[in-house]
Amino acid sequence: MDLPLTWAAIILFGIMMYVVLDGFDLGLGILYPFFKTKDERDVIMNTVAPVWDGNETWLVLGGAGLLAAFPLAYAVILSALSLPLILVLLALVLRGVAFEFRFKAHEHERHFWDKAFIGGSIAATFFQGVVLGAYIRGIPVAGHAYSGGPLDWISPFSLFTGIGLLVTYALLGSTWLIMKTEGALQLRAYWLTRWLTWKLLAVIVVVSVWTPLADAAIAERWFSLPNLLWFSPVPLLVAASAWSLLRSVSRKAQALPFLSTLALVFLGYSGLGISLWPNIVPPTISIWQASSPPESQEFTLIGTLFIIPIILAYTVWSYYVFRGKVKPGQGYH
Amino acid sequence: MFELTALDLARTQFGFTIAFHIVFPAITIGLASYLAVLEACWLRTQRQLYRDLYQFWVKAFALNFGMGVVSGLVMAYQFGTNWSPFSEFAGSIIGPLLAYEVLTAFFLEAGFLGVMLFGWKRVGPSLHFLATVMVALGTLISATWILASGSWMQTPQGYRIVAGRAIPTDWLQVIFNPSFPYRLAHMCVAAFLATALMVGASAAWHLLRGNDQPAIRKMLSMSLWMLVLVAPLQLLIGDLHGLNTLEHQPAKIAAIEGHWENSGGSGEPLILFGLPDMAREETRFAVAIPHLGSLILTHSWNGPLPALKEFAPQDRPNSTVVFWSFRVMVGLGFMMIALGLWSVWLRWRGTLGHCRPFLHLLLWMGPSGLVALIAGWLTTEIGRQPWAIYGLLRTADAVSAHGALQMSFTLLLFVLVYVLVFGMGIVYLLRLIRTGPVPLSTAPEHP
Repeated sequence: MDLPLTWAAIILFGIMMYVVLDGFDLGLGILYPFFKTKDERDVIMNTVAPVWDGNETWLVLGGAGLLAAFPLAYAVILSALSLPLILVLLALVLRGVAFEFRFKAHEHERHFWDKAFIGGSIAATFFQGVVLGAYIRGIPVAGHAYSGGPLDWISPFSLFTGIGLLVTYALLGSTWLIMKTEGALQLRAYWLTRWLTWKLLAVIVVVSVWTPLADAAIAERWFSLPNLLWFSPVPLLVAASAWSLLRSVSRKAQALPFLSTLALVFLGYSGLGISLWPNIVPPTISIWQASSPPESQEFTLIGTLFIIPIILAYTVWSYYVFRGKVKPGQGYH
Repeated sequence: MFELTALDLARTQFGFTIAFHIVFPAITIGLASYLAVLEACWLRTQRQLYRDLYQFWVKAFALNFGMGVVSGLVMAYQFGTNWSPFSEFAGSIIGPLLAYEVLTAFFLEAGFLGVMLFGWKRVGPSLHFLATVMVALGTLISATWILASGSWMQTPQGYRIVAGRAIPTDWLQVIFNPSFPYRLAHMCVAAFLATALMVGASAAWHLLRGNDQPAIRKMLSMSLWMLVLVAPLQLLIGDLHGLNTLEHQPAKIAAIEGHWENSGGSGEPLILFGLPDMAREETRFAVAIPHLGSLILTHSWNGPLPALKEFAPQDRPNSTVVFWSFRVMVGLGFMMIALGLWSVWLRWRGTLGHCRPFLHLLLWMGPSGLVALIAGWLTTEIGRQPWAIYGLLRTADAVSAHGALQMSFTLLLFVLVYVLVFGMGIVYLLRLIRTGPVPLSTAPEHP
């Protein structure tokens, strides 16, 4: 078995889980300004309160898994993107505590934690997007260390991917709300979903044009034969998912909008994987070069393959326990 | 005249973020087990009082757990952002241990926490109890892995160095390294002690204000039994831990004792108080008891102790700091034992709930468990210096090559956000405790 390859797959899976799960979670914070009353905000919060820290655990797994399997990549990437990553973490602190603090605060203090939830969610998402954009653009390395400056991560492209991720997570959030709420709140979520879908399609088009224009190697990979044939279903599937999303919104479906959005996110994510493969620190260090020794990868793999199915099982169970629409006044607070 | 380098700033940032973080998991470990015990008592006896206490402490637990999660997330990434040479050198060993912590502990806690907090009406009582037990188990598993990796940095074994990186050769040796069992026991007991003191102080606060309910009496009694049992146990574990350190990290012991040189066979004193001066290579204003140092550490009248002058100046931990942090920890530990003995005496006399001087002392000792825990942590971590991994990697070689400006900026951000967020968190925690347990019959449906 090719251990580095297996580990790359596991980490990609972990990050994918994070993007999907914390994505709708952060999306709710981004959309919070569209919902003004305390009751609506309580309901929105309570749709994720039982599961949010499980969602964030996938991010911790991403960090720990990367350190265990690819210590060189962990060292180089995190140190290169140190500033935006620290901003992500601090923003996550601000919005994470809001889940509990909002319900503990006095009436006149609550608006502060609402703002922390909104600001933290927006900043965490934006800087995650910036990190993603900077990562795609590549990280200069000399020897075993990052060789760029502290602000190299700022570029028009990375700022754009920051905005792109805001739209993505907001869409995940609005379709999650369609699934978990009812009445006036749900109607607003339908309206937001329609509006955000067009924005996301625009983002996908711009990133798809910009990436190959900016990077000849990626262009080569996308447009040479036979790759072009293999990758051609991706844009078709994107169109199909977007169509399914818009149609399910007009028909007032409950779960299909969220599932269609998941498909869109998954397709975007796979496009990214295709572009960067097999590098873990683009454009120079491959997954094999950055690997920890087999002793480490094997030891961790045994537990991972055994435990991840169990984790998925009780995560599903937890979502199942809290299935159905959330009504005003529910929650333990 | 006083300029901080990027290294100093990175160390300050790590110390600051971990000192904030460590408080939350410690309380989480203690409270999770306490909640599991309360729920078990409720299921066995069906007494409403246990359920009321559960509902009361679970809110504090949730608040505390949330703060632990977000401050812990920072720790998982800080090794990379600020300590990338360390990550590259030791990632093959530390990384798998942290990955196992996430897989076996964090997911377990997060997966069952939702049911524990919000699931009373959605699952049956035994399934709910299972959720509480799983969360409690998760906190202990988490402690096991993180202390295995922390201990490996103190007493590394089971590795070889290949091309400038530490490569694991024997995982059992890595995990069960020499200081691990002692450190794990010491930390878990510290968490139980800190929680017992917090719970006891909360009860004392209510009793002092005349809020004398059976539930509050019960939590006073439970917390003080815990204190009586584990405070002396902690002294014993601490002593064994110290002897283990003497064997594996003699420089740390020399710094803790402020001991500069041996007298040559005529027995070494125990310095009770003094001011170790690193530049003058002596402990000034020392108040010492002859032979006691030899007696405690070597169990003989005249045994020699490790002395700081036996180590090159660049290999000495900062004795001024660890001498005092150690004494704060031990001093508070003895006070906890005394408090426990007093409680036994009052219990025997039947006046436990209304002896005001005792309740006042208990109230003031509320944070002492956490203070002792942080002091102990400072002692062991600063005592490991100048090494990040003892004998293998110096802290100065472990830090990322960021500029002082960048490090000052991020440190400032951390200080601002943490003081605001966790300061308010502590305010909310105290507010919750002030409300006290509410009997279910009188509680509104959704308080």
